[in-house]
Amino acid sequence: MAVIGTFFPSRAALGGPRRSVVADLVVFLGAAAALWLIVHLARGTTVPWTVENAPSAVSTNPALLPYYAGRSLLRMFIALGLSLLFTFVYATAAARLRRAEKVLIPILDVLQSVPILGFLSITITGFIALFPGSQLGLECASIFAIFTSQAWNMTFAFYYSLISQPRELDEASRLLRLSRWQRFWRVDVPSGMIPLVWNGMMSFGGGWFFLTASEALSVNNHQFALPGIGAFVAAASDAGDLAKVLMAIAVMIVLVVGVNVLFWRPLTAWAERFRMGDSAAAEVPRSLMLDVLRRSRIPHLVGQPLGRLVYPMDRVMSVFGLAEHPLRTPETRRRLGDWVLGVAVILVVGYGVYRVVGYISGTVGFGEVGHALLLGLVTFGRVLAVLVVATLVWVPVGVWIGLSPKVSRLAQPVVQVLASFPANFLFPLFTAVLLATGISLNLGGIVLMALGSQWYILFNVIAGASAIPNDLREAATNLGLRRILWWRRLVLPAIFPSYVTGGITAAGGAWNASIVAEVVSYQGMTLTAVGLGAYIKHATAVGDSARILIGVIVMSFYVVATNRLLWRRLYALSERRYSLS
Amino acid sequence: MAANDELLVTLDHVSKSFTGGGGGPLLVLDDISLQLAAGEIVALLGRSGSGKSTLLRTIAGLIAPTSGSVCYRGTELNGANPGTAMVFQTFALMPWMTVQDNVELGLAARGVAPAERRTQATDAIDLIGLDGFESAYPKELSGGMRQRVGFARALVLEPDLLLMDEPFSALDVLTAENLRTELMSLWTGEHFPTRAICLVTHNIEEAVLLADRVIVLGANPGRIRAELPIDLERPRDRRAAGFEALVDKLYELLTGGEPGVTAPEPAEATPTNRPLPRATVGGLAGLVEIVYARGGRADLRDVAFDLSFAIDDLLPLVDAAELLGFVTVSGGNIELTPVGREFTTADIQASKQIFARQARERAPLVRAICKALAASADGDLRASFFLDLLQRSFGPDHAQQQLNTAIGWGRYGELFHYDAASDLITADADAGVFAGAP
Repeated sequence: MAVIGTFFPSRAALGGPRRSVVADLVVFLGAAAALWLIVHLARGTTVPWTVENAPSAVSTNPALLPYYAGRSLLRMFIALGLSLLFTFVYATAAARLRRAEKVLIPILDVLQSVPILGFLSITITGFIALFPGSQLGLECASIFAIFTSQAWNMTFAFYYSLISQPRELDEASRLLRLSRWQRFWRVDVPSGMIPLVWNGMMSFGGGWFFLTASEALSVNNHQFALPGIGAFVAAASDAGDLAKVLMAIAVMIVLVVGVNVLFWRPLTAWAERFRMGDSAAAEVPRSLMLDVLRRSRIPHLVGQPLGRLVYPMDRVMSVFGLAEHPLRTPETRRRLGDWVLGVAVILVVGYGVYRVVGYISGTVGFGEVGHALLLGLVTFGRVLAVLVVATLVWVPVGVWIGLSPKVSRLAQPVVQVLASFPANFLFPLFTAVLLATGISLNLGGIVLMALGSQWYILFNVIAGASAIPNDLREAATNLGLRRILWWRRLVLPAIFPSYVTGGITAAGGAWNASIVAEVVSYQGMTLTAVGLGAYIKHATAVGDSARILIGVIVMSFYVVATNRLLWRRLYALSERRYSLS
Repeated sequence: MAANDELLVTLDHVSKSFTGGGGGPLLVLDDISLQLAAGEIVALLGRSGSGKSTLLRTIAGLIAPTSGSVCYRGTELNGANPGTAMVFQTFALMPWMTVQDNVELGLAARGVAPAERRTQATDAIDLIGLDGFESAYPKELSGGMRQRVGFARALVLEPDLLLMDEPFSALDVLTAENLRTELMSLWTGEHFPTRAICLVTHNIEEAVLLADRVIVLGANPGRIRAELPIDLERPRDRRAAGFEALVDKLYELLTGGEPGVTAPEPAEATPTNRPLPRATVGGLAGLVEIVYARGGRADLRDVAFDLSFAIDDLLPLVDAAELLGFVTVSGGNIELTPVGREFTTADIQASKQIFARQARERAPLVRAICKALAASADGDLRASFFLDLLQRSFGPDHAQQQLNTAIGWGRYGELFHYDAASDLITADADAGVFAGAP
C-alpha cells in the first residue's frame, strides 16, 4: 500500500497557494496601519473627565467624522472580544458541569429577553463610579451595552454546538486522554467555530444599533456624549442638520461594508475548514482578503513562533486535568450536592423576589405595574403591526429573491448590509418627516421600530426560499399549480421554518427598538408616543429606578410570554411538520 | 501470535441499565462475565439491540456498568481505559486536523515532545500505508483511507488492547475486504503494536475471518448466548473446509431462540414479551417473494450474500415473516408456509387481506391495538396512549419504533388509520375491528 503515496503527491508536495511578494506587502502595510489606528484611537479614551463638566454633545465638525467612526469601531471590537471570552467561559461551564447547566441556561434565557437599553442607566452609574475622573467609565458602559447585545446569542450558539457534538468525537477525545485545555482548543472550539463565526457576525451587525443608542444618552438628569459616530448623529439631529446626518449615514455604510469585507468575509470563508461531515455549504463563502492572506508569507512567519508555544502551553495547562469525568460517583454525595444547589437557588431567587416586591411597594406601589402592563399592551400592538406589515411586504419579495439565483446573488449582500445598518441612524430623517407632516409618533413609531427589525424577516425568507429543493419546484410546475395553490401547497409550507426564525428575531428587535423609537427628538423638538418604551426611556432620563425596574420586568414578561405562547409552538410545529430534511 | 494467559481486561457480572421512557430501568446488558487475554482477537457478534456497542464502551471505560466491575490489569476502571485505543465505525477523526495532526493527537495528550511525536506518527502512518497523505485533511480522503487514519491514530499509542466498533461496516465491500486482509497480515506479522483486539461486528463472515473467539450476544437484554472458538489457520479463506460450517453454526445461534427459554407463541404473546421486529411490509413481502422464487426454501446465508445484506438488515425481516406465519426458520434455513405461499401469489387486495388477518392474529402489538379500538367508545384512540404503555418496557426510541412498525402494518392491512396531526388511531370502517359503541 505504501506505493500509493508515490502516485498521489500530497498537498504539501504540490505546494499550497502560490506565494506572492505583492500579497506580503499588502498584508504588512495593512497590519501596520491597523496597529497605528488602534494605538491612536485608544489614546483618546483616557482623557480627564468628570460628570459635572462632561460634554453633553460632541462637535459636529465633519473632519472629525473618521476619528469618531474609528472610536466607535474600536468599541465594537472590544465588545466582540469580551463577548467571545464570555462565550468561552460561560458556554463551556454550562455544557460541561451538570449542575452549573441547570442554573446558567435559565439565566441566559432570561437575559436574552431583557431589554438591554433599559439597563443603561444602572450600568452607566456603576461604571462611572468605577473609573472616577476618566471617560473610561462611560466608555465601558457603552462597550457593556454592545456586549449585552452580542454575548447571549453567541453563548447560546456555542453551548448548542458543545452539547450536540458528535458522540464519537467526544468518545475519541476521552479515549485519547486529552487534557481539558487540549480538549477545549482542539475539539470544542473547532467544532463550534462555524456557528460561533456566523452568530458573531449577526450579533456584531445588531451591535451597531446599541452602539448608536449608547453613545449619546440622557441618564439621571445628565446628558452624556462619547466621541463616536452615534453621538455625531445625535448632535447633528439636535441641530437639525440633515446634511451632516446624511454624511454620517454614508460613513456608516462604508464602515458596515468595510468590516464585512475585511473582517467577516475572510473569517466565514476560513471557518469553512471546520465544517464537519462531507456536506459542503450550499454556497461556499469566498473572500479576496483571505486569498491575499493565504498568498502572503507573513501569517506563516507570525504563526511559526506562536506554534512553538503550543507544546509548553499544553504542559502548563495540564494542571486543569483530563477532560474526563469519573464513572462512579457515590449516589448519596451526588444527591446531597443536588439538594444543596436546589436550596441555594430557591433562596437566592426568593430573596430577589422579596427585595423587588418590597422595593416596588415601598416606592411607587403596585398600581404602577398595572399602568406599565397597559402601556406594554400598546407597544405590543406596535410590535404586532411591525410583524404583520413586514410579513405582507417582505415575504413575497423574499420569495421572489430567493427563488431566482441571479437576483439572490445580487441582493444577498445588500440585505446583509441593510440588516446590520443601525436603524437609529435613520431616525432623524423620519422624525423630520413626522414633524413636517404632523403625523403622530403613535403611528410613526411603528415605522421607526420596523426600520431595524424587518430585515430579519426578509433575509430568513430569502434563505428559506432558496433552499426549496429544485425537484419540488419542478413537481409543482409539472402539476400545473397556479398562484394560490402554488403559495399554499409549496412555498408557504417550505419557507415556514425560516419565517418563524426570522419572526422571533424581528419581534425581539422591535421590542428593543421601542425604547429608542417611542421618544425621538429633532432640532430641539421631542415627540413622544404612548408605550412601554417611552415609559422606560423617560424613567431612565430622570433616574427613577423603581419605574425602570417595573418597565424592564414588564417588557421581559411580554417578550417571554409571546416566546412561550406563540413562537415556541410555531417553532415546534415547523420542526414537526414543515421541516424539509 | 501464540495465545498466552496474560489477562488484560476482566468483566465480572457486568449489567447495564438505562433509564427508560417510563422512568423505570431498562436492562441493556445482563450479567456479562468475560475475559480478554493477550494474544487473542475476540469478536462480539450480535443483532441490533444486543448491546454489543454498549459492551465495547464499557470495556473502553466510556460507560460505567450499573452493577459488576470492569478491570484493566486488575485495577477497576473509573474513567477511560488507559490500556485501550478505539477505532470507530464513523472514523471519528477531527475534520479540522491533517492526517499527521490526527495521528499525533493522542501522543500530544501524553505530553510527548513535538519532535518525538513526529517520528512516532510517521512510523505509524508508514505501517498503515498512509505515507504521502500526511498533510491531507480527512475530508479529502476516501472512506477506506479515513479508516486507515483511524487505525494509525489508535496504533501509534501502542495500546494493550485495540477496540474496534464495526470498523469496516461504513466501507464498501471491496475496501472493507482489502483493509481486513491488511490488518490480519499486520497482526500475524512481527511488529504489530497491540497485544489483543476486541471488535464488535454484525457481520458473521467478518467474525469468522478475524476472530479467535466469537462471543454471540442475545438481544433484549444483551447477554452472552454462546461462545465459539475459531481454530482455522491464518490467513483464512472463505472456501476453507471448516469456514462454511462455522458460519452456518453462527447463523443458527443468531436466529434460534434463547437456549432453555422458549419464546411465547405469537398468538398468545403480549406486545412486551414478543416485540415486533423492525420490518416494513415492503421488506418482508420482498423476502417472502425471494424465498418463493427459490422454490419455497432457501439458505439464509445465500439470501444475505445475494442481497449483500448484513444480518442487521436481514434478520428483522426474517423474524417478521416468521412472526406472521409466512415462513419457518430452522438451522439457518428458511422455508415458506402455505399461508406465505398464498400471501405472495395472491393479487394485491387478497394479499392485503391475508396480511391483515395474520397481523391481527399473530402480531401482538397490532392485536393489542385492535382490541383496544374495539373496546373504545368511538373507535379511535390516541397513539400516545400506546406509546406510554410501551415505554414502560422499552426505551423511548424503541417504543416509538415499535409503534411505528405496528402502525405501518395496520395501515397496510387496512385495519386502522393513523392521523399524525391529531395523533389519533382510528379503526377502519370495513375491517370489522370496531363494531360500534357498545
